[in-house]
Amino acid sequence: MKKTGPDRPRPPGIPTISPAKSLPKCPTGIQGLDEITSGGLPRGRPTLVCGGAGCGKTLLAAEFLVRGAMTFREPGVLMSFEETEPELRANVASLGFDLPGLEKAKMILLEHVHIERSEIHETGEYDLEGLFVRLNYAIDSIGAKRVVLDTLEALFAGIPNEAILRAELRRLFRWLKDKGVTTVITAERGREQLTRHGLEEYVSDCVILLDHRINDQIATRHLRVVKYRGAMHGTNEFPFLIGDGGLSVLPITSLGLNHGVSNERIATGIPRLDAMLGGKGFFRGSSILLTGTPGTGKTIVATNFAQAAARRGERVLFFSFEESPAQIIRNMHSIGLRLAPLVKRGLLRFHSARPSLCGLEMHLATMFREIATFKPDVVIIDPITSLMDSGTNSETKGMITRLIDYLKGCQITSLFTSLTQAGHVMQQSEAAMSSLMDAWLLLQDFEGNGERNRVFYVLKARGMAHSNQIREFLISERGIDIVDAYIGASGVLTGSARAAQDSLEKAARLASQLEADQLKREVERKRAALERQISALRADYETEARELRRIAEQVGTQTRLLSDERTELGRLRQADAAVAPRGQKLNRPKRRTGTL
Amino acid sequence: MKAAKSKPARPARAQSPPVAAPPRQRLRLYVAGATERSRRAILRARRLCDTELRGNYDLQVIDVYQQPILARNGQIVATPTLVREFPKPVVRLIGNLTKSAGLFVGLGWNSKD
Repeated sequence: MKKTGPDRPRPPGIPTISPAKSLPKCPTGIQGLDEITSGGLPRGRPTLVCGGAGCGKTLLAAEFLVRGAMTFREPGVLMSFEETEPELRANVASLGFDLPGLEKAKMILLEHVHIERSEIHETGEYDLEGLFVRLNYAIDSIGAKRVVLDTLEALFAGIPNEAILRAELRRLFRWLKDKGVTTVITAERGREQLTRHGLEEYVSDCVILLDHRINDQIATRHLRVVKYRGAMHGTNEFPFLIGDGGLSVLPITSLGLNHGVSNERIATGIPRLDAMLGGKGFFRGSSILLTGTPGTGKTIVATNFAQAAARRGERVLFFSFEESPAQIIRNMHSIGLRLAPLVKRGLLRFHSARPSLCGLEMHLATMFREIATFKPDVVIIDPITSLMDSGTNSETKGMITRLIDYLKGCQITSLFTSLTQAGHVMQQSEAAMSSLMDAWLLLQDFEGNGERNRVFYVLKARGMAHSNQIREFLISERGIDIVDAYIGASGVLTGSARAAQDSLEKAARLASQLEADQLKREVERKRAALERQISALRADYETEARELRRIAEQVGTQTRLLSDERTELGRLRQADAAVAPRGQKLNRPKRRTGTL
Repeated sequence: MKAAKSKPARPARAQSPPVAAPPRQRLRLYVAGATERSRRAILRARRLCDTELRGNYDLQVIDVYQQPILARNGQIVATPTLVREFPKPVVRLIGNLTKSAGLFVGLGWNSKD
């Protein structure tokens, strides 16, 4: 989970298999099996598949043929010693394979070998040339590259002379190798040896063991490659699943920590949370753990994340182990999340299952299959703890590691919710899981003042600056709101305590606001009074000025009249025209009130 | 190539037949190739049928190499195999017909040994 730069050398201890050196492989096309065997079964050689009743031997063998025919265009012969052709067709049809169609296309040939002990009487020496001839004829008639012999051990019940039979089996395997066909031989699991009749003695190239175990009333199928001559293979037991699309083996051999990383950041759908994570959200392809006690809103955060991703056009796969899809959609609708349209557009997909439906391996196998088919950008598992409860302690961590590694390898962002008991913030399971996680958000209850409030903080976020603050987490019909919790002398205040603190502050603010307003009004009043005074003064002045102008005019007119009169008089007296004296403007106003 | 050889019934009226005349038996012998073992098996089969059934039989010899499809239809695993197809039930005698005990038990004949 450490970031690996492109220049970082490959971690030591991981051998590389160069294709040139290894044996030619025949891909089975079975999901996961080719990864375990690094490429498939040994080409042109026989492989023994053994296991108890109901392990899926025949189905594995049949799928090997069907996939071979459908995917790799290699015709195959299925020689069955137990089931008749119609039975085989019906059984394989349950996996969704169209055997009759492939038979018609000459890609698959079914041959039932009927052996009935009660009909057979031994009368001397013989060999199994009849069987060879039939097999040869079947192979040649469709040019088969793959052969399945489904339970060869039926021969042991039908052929009385075991010495002859063993000699002939040895010859048969030799002959199959010479023929160059890739063969799968199924056999019943024996008590002390791999097979009941020791067939492993003859088939020494590749042996696959299937197992069906019951643990705590939950049955799980396992597959193990016991032996693979000349090739590296995963030696562990891998759980596998028989579903409606065939077999799938949980393959993810997490050998190394060398997946690529992305620098892209994706938003969480909660703006405040993004802000807490350096303003951008999580890294794409990172794994996020969301722990919380019951009712702290884990699913809501997860669904928010899902909605945000789907709205960006990313594909989201939501595994729910507590609620049915319809229930999640209804519940999330109440807080303003509209999921139904996203489901309809195929961007959001729910997969709900009861944790107790099957074992952990089975759940994981189903999940791998879902992920492989849906190809999501974001995977949400709600909650992972119920999955962990369904397995034993030792295997769960390995399983979760595999799942996380797989998701990281595919650059899928994963969000896991984890339920913790009240009072125990961190449980053993989380401590174990946390090392696998890139980011860890903690949702917590805060009790006090007769109420219960939710707080929320980022416990860790690898590779990004993140807030260390505790935030209060509110859920309303508009969705999630993250608000600052009040942190003061009396500690962290949330809920109504925070609200009370808020209103106290608000009252103080209001008081000072009022005071300020009053002052403002006072100033305003003063200014208005002054204004009024000024306009009164101006009005006074205006009247006075007008009066003065009128007087001046009057005086002027009188003077003119007077001078006119005098001129007239002078003219009458024959006097010289005299210029009117200048000193007439004696009545100038003395006081000059400046303009305002 | 047809390897079927049908023996016409040889009249053997000298000996009186059992109370009810037994039905004519239909037998097929499957062999693999013209080997010494095959040849001997064919010879033994004929001789036995002649002596035990007094000719009241049809014997068809099939070489599975020549007609593998007949090996499939006849559900043959081992060679040589002598199959009594009629009367029912079907009986398969595998081996070169040297151990007469199994042979007689298989065909429900009375052993003369």
